[in-house]
Amino acid sequence: MAPKNKKGQADAADESTSAPTLRVILPGDQLPPHEANLPTGQDEDAVSMMIDQRAPPTIKLGPGLTPMDDDTIISVKAGVLNHTDIGNRWWVESNQRRYVAAPGESVIGIVTGKTGEHYKMDIGTAQPALLPVLAFENATKKNRPNFNIGDLLYCRVAMANKDMEAELDCVNPTTGKSDGFGELKGGFAFKVSLGLARRLLDPRQAVVLRELGKHFPFETAVGMNGKVWINSASTAHTILIANAIKNSEFLSTAQCQSMVKKMVERI
Amino acid sequence: MKETEPSNNEREFLLQALKDGHRIDGRKFYDFRTLRLSFGSEFGAVEVQLGNTRVLAKVSCEVVRPYTDKPTEGFVHFNTEMSPMASSTFEIGKQTNEEILVSRLIEKALRRSRAIDTEGLCIVAGEKVWSVRVDIHFLDHDGNLVDAACIAAITALMHFRRPEIVVDNGEVTLLSIEEANPVPLSIYHIPICVSFAFFNKGQHVIVDPTYLEEQVKEGDMTMTLNIHKEVCALSKAGGISLEMDQILQCTRIAVVKVTELTEQIQAALDADAKKRNISRRK
Repeated sequence: MAPKNKKGQADAADESTSAPTLRVILPGDQLPPHEANLPTGQDEDAVSMMIDQRAPPTIKLGPGLTPMDDDTIISVKAGVLNHTDIGNRWWVESNQRRYVAAPGESVIGIVTGKTGEHYKMDIGTAQPALLPVLAFENATKKNRPNFNIGDLLYCRVAMANKDMEAELDCVNPTTGKSDGFGELKGGFAFKVSLGLARRLLDPRQAVVLRELGKHFPFETAVGMNGKVWINSASTAHTILIANAIKNSEFLSTAQCQSMVKKMVERI
Repeated sequence: MKETEPSNNEREFLLQALKDGHRIDGRKFYDFRTLRLSFGSEFGAVEVQLGNTRVLAKVSCEVVRPYTDKPTEGFVHFNTEMSPMASSTFEIGKQTNEEILVSRLIEKALRRSRAIDTEGLCIVAGEKVWSVRVDIHFLDHDGNLVDAACIAAITALMHFRRPEIVVDNGEVTLLSIEEANPVPLSIYHIPICVSFAFFNKGQHVIVDPTYLEEQVKEGDMTMTLNIHKEVCALSKAGGISLEMDQILQCTRIAVVKVTELTEQIQAALDADAKKRNISRRK
């Protein structure tokens, strides 16, 4: 099917339903111009992002959307289209298992090697990431933390360029504080899908964490790379929490609550 | 791509949990994961799901000339295919040690235990025999590929039916499904593999290890038994040494598991036969 036909269909569907609804889009789908606050002229192909007077002149594209040469916007991922008026941002919420590093995201990595200046980290990307040995709070050439191969570290992606190894840090470069990043001691870590990890980080959507918190105290760190670390008072609780989180992926709020309740009763 | 080792935290937690009497997925030490069998539309296509491990087996057959020294014996071949679909550690065209071990074990368990009647595959002695080929594809790797592959292979062989043949003066005619009911293979017994993993110097024994458990284990052992309590094969490639009574203990566990699994396979085959409206020879 030609992209132009698809755009026409999407336009028609949107006119019938004016309320904001869940919009599923597929790779190659065009973002209809009026949705992205662009003028909808007679000739849709002549639409430009820059010449609109009524709406904010610029839009910000997040993950999953890419501008084309002719100023149309197409999706490169399958998922749910999202929009926020603050800054007129558009992005596609999708799910995948392979992590692609993006700057500013917090991730959990495993130390897989050490050179003079860097730790080599496995954060689930296609290539290993680099963590400079001095990227820690109060680290100097003489006094710096020492990690072994296999240790778990909670860090932030400092730089992620295409075709290059990502660079991580465990310190806020402006304040010099650790901001909670650093080694994760004890506990247990496991992989979940990237979509679930993102939901666990959103306080409104992380029903499972809230429900589990009602029953027993635990610590958790969620990496955007789909790695989740948890620690609690006993191994039985940690196992329960890990399995509850894994089970919660496709459950509604009510189902999630009853699942947690059932699992806690069984213990 | 090189396999990534689990973190020290995962490793230590797993061992501590075993000491406390728990497994990471909440199973008991001697529990198998949930086994699901689904059959394809054709005879001899089976997909086995053991927890998150998924294996597909497909049986096909053709008429070939037998070896001159064994003129009445047909052939059974097993072909394992580990693609990067199962795990990013597998590469196309490059056999891993694990793949070699799995395919050798399947050969040992099913062919060398004489589970399939190869003499029954003879059509005309010295002239024409059936060659049965079992393709085993690994779709998703979450540990214990051997057990899943063995269940898939034997279930596919039991599910398979070859075309009926008519021999008239040395002339062999294959009859299509419309002309005559296809014939099931004659299978003497159902060998089932049960894999064990050992931790903490052999103190802790678990059945059906997951991928993480396989990475952390100190040793492993795979036993192949049938429902008549006959040990068909025993494989222990490396790892820690075991005491005699540990092996006997494993045999006792395996007998129980094999009985359960055989019943489940038979029930699944019966249900499928009922759906297809055909009778099944037991």
